Amino acid sequence: MSYLNRLVARVVAWLRRAELDQDLDHELQTHLSFLIEENVRRGLSPEEARREARLRMGNIPSLREAHRETRGLPFIDTLLQDLRYTFRILRRDKGFAFFAILIVALGIGASTIVFSVLNTLLLRPLPFKDAERLVWIANKKSVPEQTTQVAYILDTRRASNSFTELAAYFAYYNIGDRKLTGDGDPERLTGLPVSQNFFHVLGVEPQAGRFFNEDECRIDSPATVILTDSLWRRRFASNPDIIGKTLQLNGQPVRVVGVTPASFDFTSVFAPGSRIDLFSPFPLTPETDRMGNTSAVIGRLKPGVTLESAQAEFDILGTRFSAEHRSNGNEFQPILTSLKAHVTGRLRLALIVLACAVGLVMIIVCANLSNLLLARNTTRQKEIAIRVALGAGRRRLIRQMLTESIVLSGAGAVGGVILAIVGTRILTRLDAIKIPLLTNVQVDLGVLMFTLAMALVTGLTFGLIPALQVPAIRVNETLKDNNRGASGGRKHSWLRSSLVVTEITLACLLLVGTGLLIRSFLRVLDVDLGFQPERLATIRIDPSSNYSTRAKRNAYFDEALRLVQNTAGVEACGLTDVLPLEGDRSWGVAGVGQVYERENYPEAFVRIVSNGYIKTMGIPLLAGRDFTERDTETSEQVIIINDTLARRLWPGQNAIGQMVTQDGGRRVVGVVGGVRHLTVEQESGSEMYLPIRQTNDFSAVELVVRTSLPQDSLATTVRSALKPLDPNVGPKEFRSVQQLVDKATSPRRFVVMMLAGFSGFALILAALGIYAVISYSVQQRIQEIGIRMALGASARKLQAHIILQTLSLAGIGLIIGLGGSLIMTRSLAALLFGVNAYDPASFIGTVIVLVAVATIAGYFPARRASQIDPINALRAN
Amino acid sequence: MAETKSEILQGTLDLMVLQTLSAMGPMHGYGVARRIEQLSENALAVNQGTIYLCLIRLVQKKWIKAVWGTSENNRKAKFYSITKAGQKQLRIEAEGWERVSGVIGRLLQLTPGGKTS
Repeated sequence: MSYLNRLVARVVAWLRRAELDQDLDHELQTHLSFLIEENVRRGLSPEEARREARLRMGNIPSLREAHRETRGLPFIDTLLQDLRYTFRILRRDKGFAFFAILIVALGIGASTIVFSVLNTLLLRPLPFKDAERLVWIANKKSVPEQTTQVAYILDTRRASNSFTELAAYFAYYNIGDRKLTGDGDPERLTGLPVSQNFFHVLGVEPQAGRFFNEDECRIDSPATVILTDSLWRRRFASNPDIIGKTLQLNGQPVRVVGVTPASFDFTSVFAPGSRIDLFSPFPLTPETDRMGNTSAVIGRLKPGVTLESAQAEFDILGTRFSAEHRSNGNEFQPILTSLKAHVTGRLRLALIVLACAVGLVMIIVCANLSNLLLARNTTRQKEIAIRVALGAGRRRLIRQMLTESIVLSGAGAVGGVILAIVGTRILTRLDAIKIPLLTNVQVDLGVLMFTLAMALVTGLTFGLIPALQVPAIRVNETLKDNNRGASGGRKHSWLRSSLVVTEITLACLLLVGTGLLIRSFLRVLDVDLGFQPERLATIRIDPSSNYSTRAKRNAYFDEALRLVQNTAGVEACGLTDVLPLEGDRSWGVAGVGQVYERENYPEAFVRIVSNGYIKTMGIPLLAGRDFTERDTETSEQVIIINDTLARRLWPGQNAIGQMVTQDGGRRVVGVVGGVRHLTVEQESGSEMYLPIRQTNDFSAVELVVRTSLPQDSLATTVRSALKPLDPNVGPKEFRSVQQLVDKATSPRRFVVMMLAGFSGFALILAALGIYAVISYSVQQRIQEIGIRMALGASARKLQAHIILQTLSLAGIGLIIGLGGSLIMTRSLAALLFGVNAYDPASFIGTVIVLVAVATIAGYFPARRASQIDPINALRAN
Repeated sequence: MAETKSEILQGTLDLMVLQTLSAMGPMHGYGVARRIEQLSENALAVNQGTIYLCLIRLVQKKWIKAVWGTSENNRKAKFYSITKAGQKQLRIEAEGWERVSGVIGRLLQLTPGGKTS
């Protein structure tokens, strides 16, 4: 307690130091006058009296100093002194200060950005209440969306003891399938059907109105919706009166019951890179059960229940219920993962790689700055020697040097934070990147703490070696101006060389890793997608509810295709229910008469398309024919399959003319090539195409157009062409298929761009490091070089000598770096595509780049050395 | 050597100052220094200035307090007086001091063979 009192008193005294100094002076003056009077009384002469009084008082300046130390905060006094000195020094050497701060700012900026991404995606829990208890329940028996049939959800809900609740959403929602009409421009919105307890399971509360109740989640109850915050703000100006009002969606009245909070962003967690505008009730009833494997399932674990025990329970339940529902075909083999692992798991490795990369960059930054400071120490020897001569202690000198480096790194950190704020702002706006939670990335308190720690650690790390070198300066020699760079000597240049070797080694690691990922990325871009995405544009043109029969719809399709096909600039057009890389569903399919085990029953991805789609997409037709507008309900039921499915069903036979079991028998009329529909990296598997005029089983109609027109004018042209059919096709709804492909590769692009940036920065730093060390060694050996030249060494030979010295540094770094890379790249394997971890091109490329950079960095000092005038050099002291 | 001396001095100096102020009432720095010098038979003769280090320390510990006043020779001076907390501290320290001096005294009476003489 009294210790705290004393501390408070010290702080107060420190703040009032000027006043207290004055007080002390008064007191001391009074004290002196008493002493003098006393001495005079004792009979001394006034002069003697004064002298004697001073002697008895002691040294007043040092008393004043001691008084300050006793009452105030001597630590802060010293710090302020060091800081003042630091600022003076740095002002004197603006170029150095600017450069050092810039390097630190870039390094800390990069690490702060990476950390804030890492923090959001890996470290922080998902933005839900008690998110660690949320579980993603995938169905291994459902490809590709891992969805589950409603009956299984209801059964497990009843039987399971592991979860407080199970919720579901309809995974086959379609982008833009709700057309909003009424006030304002008509607009296509995306709605997500969710089970009644969906929000409750996630722990989300409405910001206005309420969420669905039981009555609204029956199959025949009047339609209701919940708006997302962004739609509410954008379309309804955040007006709370919208609650209870009725909107026109797809021509039907729908009542608004609530609005989700701004903090709840469904897509950023579950479907990054897309948009949801509203939620509708998804009844868990026999009707929705009949739709098949449609639901994504989320559960909230009971407190104390582990994922493992829940999995064990679900293993048993899955087997039991699959046996009970054997008749309906779909099986349930639940795989439980924490929701967090489901959402960010795939990115985990990439993020860890980025974090390691940025760590390497920071070490290079530190090595580089250490080197710069070491170089500065040699030019500051005289100043330091004077301080030593004036009585500065070893600790005080080290403290001063560390203060300098921490000031530099602190200033750099300020720059870095600014950089990070700008950087994360940009990241959150990149809605073309398919990385979950990216919109939540921000520089928050945790991130700032990280930056602060980084600044301190960085400053201490790069300042420590130079600071420890300082007391080694020999005062006498330095002050006598007899300095021939002898100070520090061998040890000094050995230190600097090893710092440079470190930089090269780490840059080498980064370059190899980046090389591998860039090559993977190029391979991905090079992948034959099975279709030609260039110049393809697409738009939703679902027939409105007026087209109530299949015949009317078919007429609509005929007319739409005819109108668009006849538009100038349109090369080809077609219709599909789903675009590549935007989703998939699979159905069981077999040749008529074929018998398969249940486990082994063939499945194929289904697309409902019109004539012209296959040609428009540029999917190769390998055999048979495309659909025509005459493939209607009255003609023979037909199907087009891809070569993989053809080989699966009829290995070694001609598939054309064969019958499949689909819809009571469809004849195969065409065989096409596979399309990369799930991801760019993944092979397609079995696929089949059904003619849109022979089925009702589609929930969206996308018009795909191959065109030579730019997107904007295409929109206008197609819109006016379609006007007679549908006056409400909005221009902003056109999307390019190339964008879909870009979005699919965007996480990879993101990682590659970040890594390439880091590597480039590391390379520049390594080059600077080499340059600095070689320049320094030339400077130190100026006389030696002069003598060599005087003795007849040619400029060329000298240059070669110095460049060789550079290359030997680079060589050592490269050997260690390449060795390290061989070990390191193995852990990258999961991120690689089309190249292996020992890809020679990446390794050789790294060697070439580093040797070239080292040669250039060494060339400039070498040229300077060869231009030295031997006479001047020999004269120079 | 000097260090050990001042170390011993610091604790004792606190005690001396507290005792002086307790016994003599409010005093300025010179008065305290003079008083202690007389009592200690010039043990503090070297640096009267150091008394101010002790005074500020005691002020910050709230054992004594200071007010500005005018000295006998009409100069501005700070007058120090002991506080309640200071009185309490004085009692504690005096007791401690007596106990220690008692122990030391008995120790110094030890003779070879371990018997108290």
